[in-house]
Amino acid sequence: MSDLSLHHSLQVINEACKGCTHCMKRCPTGAIRISKGKAVISADLCIDCGQCMAVCPNHAIRIEQDPLSQLQRFTYRVGIVPAPFFAQFPDTLTVTQVLAALYDIGFTHIYLAETGIDILDVLEAEEKEKPLPLISNFCPAVQRLIQIRYPLLVGNLSRLRSPAQVTAIFAKSELAAFGESLGIFYFTPCAAKIAQFKTEGSEEHRLFDGIINFDTAYNQVSVLLAREKERYASKQAGFTFPHCTRKALRWSLVKGQSSNQKGRALAVDEMHNVIEFLDILEDEQETSLQFLELDACAEGCVGGILTVRNRFLATEQLRHWSTNLPKELPQDLTERILAQKHSFENNLCLDAPQPKQVLGLDKDRSKALQKLEKVDRILAVLPGIDCGLCGCPSCLALAQDVAKSQASLRQCVVLKLKDPKELNSLARIWGERPTAAGGQMDDQA
Amino acid sequence: MRQEYLVPAQDFSVAGVASSNLKRLLKQLNIDPLTIKRIMVAVFEAEVNVIAHSYGGRIVCDLEEEKITIQVIDTGPGIPDLDLAMTEGWSTASEQVRELGYGAGMGLPNIKKNCDHLTIKTKAGDHTHITMGFSLKESI
Repeated sequence: MSDLSLHHSLQVINEACKGCTHCMKRCPTGAIRISKGKAVISADLCIDCGQCMAVCPNHAIRIEQDPLSQLQRFTYRVGIVPAPFFAQFPDTLTVTQVLAALYDIGFTHIYLAETGIDILDVLEAEEKEKPLPLISNFCPAVQRLIQIRYPLLVGNLSRLRSPAQVTAIFAKSELAAFGESLGIFYFTPCAAKIAQFKTEGSEEHRLFDGIINFDTAYNQVSVLLAREKERYASKQAGFTFPHCTRKALRWSLVKGQSSNQKGRALAVDEMHNVIEFLDILEDEQETSLQFLELDACAEGCVGGILTVRNRFLATEQLRHWSTNLPKELPQDLTERILAQKHSFENNLCLDAPQPKQVLGLDKDRSKALQKLEKVDRILAVLPGIDCGLCGCPSCLALAQDVAKSQASLRQCVVLKLKDPKELNSLARIWGERPTAAGGQMDDQA
Repeated sequence: MRQEYLVPAQDFSVAGVASSNLKRLLKQLNIDPLTIKRIMVAVFEAEVNVIAHSYGGRIVCDLEEEKITIQVIDTGPGIPDLDLAMTEGWSTASEQVRELGYGAGMGLPNIKKNCDHLTIKTKAGDHTHITMGFSLKESI
């Protein structure tokens, strides 16, 4: 599990990138540098949160997009759709109409991803260990963030299967008769879920046969509904598993999880808030908190990078729908879940996630120590204004890159303007060759 | 490599700043998370001790390939009875300090529990000099 090489779903479109530094400054793990005038994303550090794509003014960050034609590989096609998808459409369209269009696109079965929450409840799923506070693993970008930036908190991550995984196992179990002709497709609101699915060896890779981006499906459904308005006005369609509970429908909203926990719980959304909070939490010696819900996107999954509708409107829509849902799952549906219990025996918890030690300056500790000292000395001569013109997000990041021989001190524009000769001799002191060695800066200028 | 942090007396708002800065350095040295955690707990406790009980002091960290040595040196007034201070639950913290959630008498015992070597030099009316050693050999 721990040594999976992570797949990434975000790519820079070089033709569109102006090297403007917006993405570099926003990246929560410091994974982006501007090199030769273009953004470059480090595969080691990227957590696929999509912040770079959200902030890019030039639409120069692309997200992987698989076509709907992938459905044709299977005779029976199951869509595992999170509720926020249905909240993307305006009030004038009903869930029934959207469902009818999804079946027309080619799905034979549609399960609400949130059904997994009710399944976990019915099966009385429990954590293997109960670290305090327990951190939800619902948001994959947060999980990756913790593995990279907060190694001391990795042990606090929940190990229960995610609701979407549980729903996939359930659907596979109910529809087992279709065997190999059954394909399971997950609808994703964000880049992190794509990355998870495309990482070979991951649970998502094993459980799902394909992934469909919210916006791709949104467009297809909208086109159908617009072209054949009358036909869809009277069409009837429903979910394969007809209901979820009220709490399940609200699960992906902020406080959707924390408000359903026993004991003291807290919800934090939006990446910079999550980071501010995790910084404190990792230092905290003792805390009375029992559960933490951390969402990378503002307002939770409705704020995902692939969503179409305003996140506040989508939130309200889901809350509104949830008021018509039962608090408890009806008896017949509970029994339907229990009938598939065998597929979940010893299958509700995942292996413990491992920290990814990528913050180290060198694998060899004595070299890492030397580099750490070097960082200190270099930082002392840098201007400390974090302008980003060198192509690094901060002066500290430049100092670290220079210490790792991944950048040149000559990239510092401020030092260059102030005293080019002095800069040259400083660069020599740090062991850089006099001229073209640090040619990166010259390319940028 | 040596790193020094100043710790002011009576200012609980900065409790944890030194240990947090040290943590940032340790993460860059490929030290396993459990060892970092031990170091953090011990240094944080020592930091709080300086703030709560002393006239101020400093934390001197020596980072080496196979061991981390951390000295916590304050400017007084010293610990009158060290054996008592090492007893879990025994505390001389003022009411004011306890109201802030500190002073449960776990400071020195917690430090001892988390480090590999510990020496404490102190005398009533004089300064206190704590040296904590952490071995990095078993990690990685």
